[in-house]
Amino acid sequence: MYIIVVGGGKVGYYLTKTLVNEGYEVFLIEKNPVKVQLYRDRFGAIVMQGDGAEVATLAAAGAGRADVVIAVTGDDEDNLVICQVARERFGVRRTIARVNNPKNEELFRRLGIDVTVSQTNVILSLIEQQIPERPFVHLLALRHADLAIVEAKVAEQSPVVHQPIWQLPLPPEAIITAILRRGQVIIPSGQTTIEPGDELIIVTKQEREAELRQLLCAPATA
Amino acid sequence: MKIVIVGCGRVGAKLATDFADEGHQVSVVDLRQTAFRRLPQGFRGQLVLGTGIDEDVLRNAGIQEADVFIAVTENDNTNIMAAQIAQVIYRVPKVILRIYDPERAEIYRELGLTVICPTRTVSEMIEQAVRSHVTSDEVR
Repeated sequence: MYIIVVGGGKVGYYLTKTLVNEGYEVFLIEKNPVKVQLYRDRFGAIVMQGDGAEVATLAAAGAGRADVVIAVTGDDEDNLVICQVARERFGVRRTIARVNNPKNEELFRRLGIDVTVSQTNVILSLIEQQIPERPFVHLLALRHADLAIVEAKVAEQSPVVHQPIWQLPLPPEAIITAILRRGQVIIPSGQTTIEPGDELIIVTKQEREAELRQLLCAPATA
Repeated sequence: MKIVIVGCGRVGAKLATDFADEGHQVSVVDLRQTAFRRLPQGFRGQLVLGTGIDEDVLRNAGIQEADVFIAVTENDNTNIMAAQIAQVIYRVPKVILRIYDPERAEIYRELGLTVICPTRTVSEMIEQAVRSHVTSDEVR
């Protein structure tokens, strides 16, 4: 697999280093000639000086045969254009952009970037998963399907306690896929009854998250 | 018409001045306060300090009601991203941007944006002027 990394800041540097160690064929494009010289001493000829948003630079880097282009500069506008040029001119099938401003994740997705990585959002979600008493945690977003996987902890006072799943007024586009109960994983059926302290793993349409939170966590946290 | 202009350089300031004089409602966005000095005394449009690739800034400039969006900062990629926010998110009816790099200009023209590429336009005009000079010399 051939991977082109654009942007030789800390992220680009460590990413290149890791990918090389993993055995991938990697090429790094960086604007700053001083950094390029430094990286050449470490990585050899796989580092090139240039502007990765320019067609000529990407062509020289062999973008035509690249499987993945990863844009990790510190500027969102550059990362966006690098990915779009790679896709439109070189037919690169997978483009990954670092998003510095988390507000741009949605925009990039709508503009056809396959994967966006927002450090801010990653750290935020790690924090959310580490705080034990949060009753409702967003675990994962499945972008293309507009789905989310969430974890909800059922409180004593929750209206769903002691009810079988089939009786729950769940939104139509949400499904309880697993229940964690006293260290055991239960794959539930409609007859399974919810107990206080259950942790429910739910696959849901993203727009139903708020509704679910309301249903499962109220009135304890409402 | 409501016109939002991102970038108050020579071109942005001239467009803002002309459109405001014609009675249009104009908002100009620039990162640097000093850039607004290019506008004439008594300029009637709105000045918005901030980057044209931030949706909050663009909303302050009234992008939601804009009929025309023009991106003319010195940075091609900033113009490209601002223009795509206007086109894809806010569905501004007319989006025009400047891209100096002819290759990138072509890519985004193909993606449906109205792209002005000064590099190509100016060099074509100069080439034309040179050719007509040569021809008139030959005629003489």
